Amino acid sequence: MSETTEQPGDLHTVVIRFAGDSGDGMQLTGDRFTLSSAVFGNDLASMPDYPAEIRAPAGTMAGVSAFQIHISDHDILTPGDSPNVLVAMNPAALRANVGDADPGSTLIVNIDAFDERSLAKAGYGSNPLTDGSLVAYTVYEVPMTSMTLEAAKPSGARSRDAERSKNFFALGLLSWMYTRPTDVTLRWIEQRFGSKPMVAEANTLAFKAGYNFGETAELFGAPSQVQPTAFKPGTYTNITGNAALAWGLIAAAQLAELPLFLASYPITPASDILHELSKYKNFGVRTMQAEDEIAAAGAALGAAFGGHLGVTTTSGPGMDLKAETIGLAVSLELPLVIIDVQRAGPSTGLPTKTEQSDLLMAMYGRHGEAPLPIVAAKTPGHCFEAAIEAARLAVKYRTPVILLSDASLANGAEPWRLPQLADLPDISVPFAMRPNGTAPDGSPEFLPYLRDPATLARPWAVPGTPGLEHRIGGLEKADGTGAISYDPANHELMVRSRAAKVAGIAGDIPPVEVDDPSGAADVLLLGWGSTYGSIAAAAERLRRRGRPAAHVHLTHLNPWPSNFGEVVKRYAKVLVPEMNLGHLCSMVRAEFLVDARPISKVQGQRFLYSELEAAVVALTEGI
Amino acid sequence: MTDIDVPLTTKKDWSSDQEVRWCPGCGDYSILTAVQMLMPELGVRRENTVFISGIGCSSRFPYYMNSYGLHGIHGRALPLATGLAVARPDLDVWVVTGDGDGLSIGGNHLIHALRRNVNITVLLFNNQIYGLTKGQYSPTSELGKVTKSTPFGSVDHPFNPVSLALGAEATFVARTHDLDRKHMMETIRRAHDHKGAAFVEIYQNCNVFNDGAFEQVTSREARPQMLIPLVHGRPVRFGADGEKCVTVDRQGRALIADVADVGEDAILVHDEQRDEPGLAFMLSRLARGPYEPTPVGVFRAVERPDYGSLVSQQMLDARQRQGPGDLATLLSGGTTWQV
Repeated sequence: MSETTEQPGDLHTVVIRFAGDSGDGMQLTGDRFTLSSAVFGNDLASMPDYPAEIRAPAGTMAGVSAFQIHISDHDILTPGDSPNVLVAMNPAALRANVGDADPGSTLIVNIDAFDERSLAKAGYGSNPLTDGSLVAYTVYEVPMTSMTLEAAKPSGARSRDAERSKNFFALGLLSWMYTRPTDVTLRWIEQRFGSKPMVAEANTLAFKAGYNFGETAELFGAPSQVQPTAFKPGTYTNITGNAALAWGLIAAAQLAELPLFLASYPITPASDILHELSKYKNFGVRTMQAEDEIAAAGAALGAAFGGHLGVTTTSGPGMDLKAETIGLAVSLELPLVIIDVQRAGPSTGLPTKTEQSDLLMAMYGRHGEAPLPIVAAKTPGHCFEAAIEAARLAVKYRTPVILLSDASLANGAEPWRLPQLADLPDISVPFAMRPNGTAPDGSPEFLPYLRDPATLARPWAVPGTPGLEHRIGGLEKADGTGAISYDPANHELMVRSRAAKVAGIAGDIPPVEVDDPSGAADVLLLGWGSTYGSIAAAAERLRRRGRPAAHVHLTHLNPWPSNFGEVVKRYAKVLVPEMNLGHLCSMVRAEFLVDARPISKVQGQRFLYSELEAAVVALTEGI
Repeated sequence: MTDIDVPLTTKKDWSSDQEVRWCPGCGDYSILTAVQMLMPELGVRRENTVFISGIGCSSRFPYYMNSYGLHGIHGRALPLATGLAVARPDLDVWVVTGDGDGLSIGGNHLIHALRRNVNITVLLFNNQIYGLTKGQYSPTSELGKVTKSTPFGSVDHPFNPVSLALGAEATFVARTHDLDRKHMMETIRRAHDHKGAAFVEIYQNCNVFNDGAFEQVTSREARPQMLIPLVHGRPVRFGADGEKCVTVDRQGRALIADVADVGEDAILVHDEQRDEPGLAFMLSRLARGPYEPTPVGVFRAVERPDYGSLVSQQMLDARQRQGPGDLATLLSGGTTWQV
């Protein structure tokens, strides 16, 4: 990685990974380092990597929890490929992560945890610190546990409790190494542990001890600077994808002038959206933890019938269960937002790991002709916009909309510029208030399936509106009246009308933007969702190597923007990196008859930009 | 909901223009008539009334009511109704379901809607058979039932819907049958007026696939001996001259006895408001099936805050405590910094 070979003291960018046992507080350590870096003004991207088991046996490989953060003085796109600095709190953490660190990088290990028993638990036959296997790395052995215990003594905490502060020692040490501001962390400790003064004191002492250790031990040379990034002016906060989705839904409900109704069943990695929204009852948000995934979808749809913005959030297994209700929403033509925070499948798969393998299910995973719009978020911050867009399409076209996120967006974080609320779109639509037709006897009549000629949406008449009483259901309906109809020609008309309504959305979304600065690229890198950063970074690196590459990243996956076909046909080579075996790739091939090729990765991990770069080079030899 | 300005309506106002398509002679007709006759008496508005159903013969019901209606998917009427009732506490939400829809594919939703005490009225038409799919046994079919899918007789033990609802701690549980319009109207009226989840099992004859399933208890001739009317605060007696009764023996078991044998003082006095559901449950177990003396009427009617009201109350409390939500404040509520 060329950026990281700079002289110490003047880094442009650094990737740090904290790794330890699930009980070691690595996620918290990473979060705190992230926040102090954000406040310092670095651009950053972070990525937690934790096991599905809440507490796997301590000290084992299965129980290793890690958090990677990429900080930079310029705009960065990914949480980084390989760590430049790996903090390993025990042998298992070292063994699970050292393979990702390039030779020459720095390892900081908690030497106190490298006893024979822990080495054996991690599966080490010999001690890697002494057997020469780490010779390619700069290794710092720091007695973190014992120094934490010593430092925390004045707090009066028992040693078993004080030992738990060792993550703050590591945080203090790294804060010194990268000149992070300390006040942000110290203030946070005070707030977070205010009710437990002894814990607060132990954490503070451990943090300071780590920081001072860096300064006095002379092991580490001079601290390194990663200067603040030149950000677009504004107010920033650090945001995860799940929080951005929750906030985006609240914003969407306000912009739509509808009460928000969220019904969900707990599932990793989507539960945080339910948790977050449950806090905001004063916004008029109703949240319901349903008895199952099916009930969650049904309750959201029932609320939508009543004129609320109905939303259900889930992950892959829940999508399987909701499919029938989504089909009902297609048939009822009512708004419904379904958020799928994708994880690795099939079945239970890898519940905490990321994948993009639900696209074809979102597209086709219902019986009958049941098209619906699909929107995908590309970064944690973009989840906010994507939620508003999904809601906009749902209420305007009276249709279920699937919003695809994934585990890496859900838990990944980035600095996010707060939007100017006045700039957000008005997405409100009127309810039907009066009859829209005339009965044969001349009296006014309400036709629940009389379509708006522009959008093809049917009227949204909510119970409580006098004179518009009507019945809807999953049986095929007669065009206009909505009465049950088995008429063959009517069924075809309705199937085609529903399809045309969704297809017509192409004219109501922005055209795709092509990132091709030189305009000379023959190769198009086509992506969607959370691969945005990796693909953009890979494209940039290819360009720097004199191999122009264009990048198109789709937010709308159904329908596609109206210029999309023309764009993909323009390039000699279309490569589609996806964390699946080629979902978008096959859709593009089928639709446009272009020879698009997949670049696939299904390891529960995002693409490294170096991997993508190499794959693109290999696939474009000779052009 | 007392709304003194509710326009007067007739049965006709509540009948939609859709042709009713149940088989001629189906028990569903008499239930539909009872409900359409009852609606004008309830003092409710058509526009505030919503009938929601799943799939099955009974689930066609909403199409025939001139109110708002939603014909959903199999087993899922209750989630749809729950969402609507919680979102819109101003509405009168009814669920029409059957023994297949409500107890088989939708059984999970039924117990959860009842335990939550969602403010809805659930009418479960029990005909002990799958009608729409043309005659398979249902979760309420008697053991040994010979149907297309069980040519050698069914081997699974049936649910007793009233026992199930009581087990889920429903706050209102009743049973009625399709041959007694007056009793149906009275029972459904009570269910409608109950705040919270009200569950009514309606014995309904499927004259095509399970004709006469309830005849032994519901026919005009059988009723005096075979139906045990439950009336709150009254001794539980039945028989042409009230000569039979329900009594509780020294082991705490509910039994059917002759009044002459046990004496007036030993007759159980029905208390539908008893918080503890055990006695109501015992009454629900008196008959092993609709061929033994069977209690009808209201088994249980107790007060407990309904789910939607509790949800609304939390929102009101939050608003009072924190003021109405402000989006700008929310977005800048974490650690922020200026560039």
